[in-house]
Amino acid sequence: MTATTQSAKAGGARRAAKPKRSNAAKRENRTGWAFMAPFGILFALVFILPIIWAVYSSFFRQVSEGGGAYGGGELVNQFVGFENFQYVLTSSNFWGGIGRVLIYTLIQVPIMIIAALALAMLIDSFVVKHITGFRLGYFLPYAIPGVVASIIWVYLYNGQISPIVKGLAALGINVDFFADNIVLASMANITTWTFTGYNMLIFLAALQAIPHELYEAARIDGANGFQIAMKIKLPNVRSAALLAMLLSIVGTIQLFNEPQIMQTADPGISKSYTPMMMAMNTSQGTLTPGGDGPASAIAIVMALIAGVLAMAYALVERKVNAE
Amino acid sequence: MIAMSSQARARRKAEKLQAKAANDLPRSMRPSPVVKVITIVVLVAALIYFLFPIYWAIVASTKNPSQMTGSNGLWFAVGIDQLPDAIATNYSKLLGWTRGQFWRWVLNSLIYSGVSAAVGTIVAVMAGYATAKFNFRGKNAAIGVIMGCMLMPAALLTIPQYSIFHAVHLTNTMLAVIIPCSVSPFGFFLGRVYAQSSVPNELLEAARIDGAGEARIFFTIVLRILAPAMVTIFLFLFVATWNNFLLPLMMLSSDSLKPVTLGLYGMVSLATFNDRGALMMGALLGVLPVIVLFLGLQRYWQAGLAAGAVKG
Repeated sequence: MTATTQSAKAGGARRAAKPKRSNAAKRENRTGWAFMAPFGILFALVFILPIIWAVYSSFFRQVSEGGGAYGGGELVNQFVGFENFQYVLTSSNFWGGIGRVLIYTLIQVPIMIIAALALAMLIDSFVVKHITGFRLGYFLPYAIPGVVASIIWVYLYNGQISPIVKGLAALGINVDFFADNIVLASMANITTWTFTGYNMLIFLAALQAIPHELYEAARIDGANGFQIAMKIKLPNVRSAALLAMLLSIVGTIQLFNEPQIMQTADPGISKSYTPMMMAMNTSQGTLTPGGDGPASAIAIVMALIAGVLAMAYALVERKVNAE
Repeated sequence: MIAMSSQARARRKAEKLQAKAANDLPRSMRPSPVVKVITIVVLVAALIYFLFPIYWAIVASTKNPSQMTGSNGLWFAVGIDQLPDAIATNYSKLLGWTRGQFWRWVLNSLIYSGVSAAVGTIVAVMAGYATAKFNFRGKNAAIGVIMGCMLMPAALLTIPQYSIFHAVHLTNTMLAVIIPCSVSPFGFFLGRVYAQSSVPNELLEAARIDGAGEARIFFTIVLRILAPAMVTIFLFLFVATWNNFLLPLMMLSSDSLKPVTLGLYGMVSLATFNDRGALMMGALLGVLPVIVLFLGLQRYWQAGLAAGAVKG
């Protein structure tokens, strides 16, 4: 592309090409950055600056000064070194929250991805011809905001009003969806309900991009439907599945909406039920030690854990893939 | 009327034949009736799981508190003829509970989502076009950083964003929600993929030879080519902003600035609140704009998902 522009502008004079090229390169450099600039500035403001701020503020803590024994003095930032990180790393609340989201991730993400994959394969299979209705129906929950989805499900878990709880009770099964050992699964159900259809559509798009000649070739080679699904379809959605897994893992680490809404119906859900809730409440000062410093430290440790998990998953996936 | 229906029937028949031809399988590959039945049963069961809560919310939105606990949970508590009255009652209760703010909240959501999606789409497409069609210093580093942030837990940024906006006295303003929501690494990624695949270099060349400036080329030619991609990005940013909960929860304190999701959360977290039917009505009215958008722009979001899946 550049070559043609230059030769056109240089009027075919070969000798003039060299200085011209660097001029053209300069111009291209300027134009590129000019188009990049609006996004770049906003990106710096919304992503880069907050990360720097978080790292910086994680070394400070707000203390009141000069207010006497009962406080009330002015709040000042005090450099505390790694004290905030020490607090986070030794906090049983934090690790309790991490434990919860890890269990949650380990159970919810595979269930959701496998269900989405299975539904996509069934819809893509030759059996179902009218897929639009199913596709839309499965996807609809994604259009419902997480807050609203959580409110609806909290009501559907409520023994007084829920036809599900009442129906199960009529069958002799009494479930309390808010019981300590079930509440995490109740939450996972909300996430699964919201995002399975979205992931299914991604897989379906990947499946439908597979050329049909591949199926014909496999058929001539004597493969049956199940073999085609396992040997052709699955490998072709692998990269989509990897990305969906990674995004889901990162997403569940920051679990917030569902527990925050469920808290309105279940006082057993604490302010530090998940790390994200703990970070929010710390930043708002409703947990002590509160303020920016400890909150930033929580956020940074969480990001590191999420990053390590995502990387570990990607490495394991690649290794399994290579074998 | 008859002509129309016969026409429609003919069209449907043609579609059916087409679908059959596409799925034309030899006898040995055709699924057995048992497999067929099992597949349909599984798919329908899944459909019930996904749609039942929405159906229940619709039914519940017509009930008063005593009907909510006392009546059949699967059906309306009153006859069809009384339904308009029941709906009107809950609607006025909803407006009463929210002190008339309900539609203000919906409007706020529309403003937040509309503005951030519009701004976000144009800046993402510009950046995507820049990295797809120009060589500039630091390009690969910029792409790497932006793509890396796709995997960055976005909610983690919210707390420092709050601190920064607080420091410059922007919290509790509309900008506090709009600015963070208008930056999307995913939008950049989609914009880049689309610019790479659908803007021909020859066209840019031709325009340059004709003497058009880069800005003019972008705004008169490239944007037109990328229009379908922009609808997709707009839609995803719009929905992401509409669904964002943590950010407005932290940034906003005035009732009149709340998006509808935050308003509903405020109601449900009130200890004295028990009119769940009215709340369900609010929930349904609050998601309606998003659902209408999705239904209306079906082919765009499907294309967007396909691009994300295949090129990702």
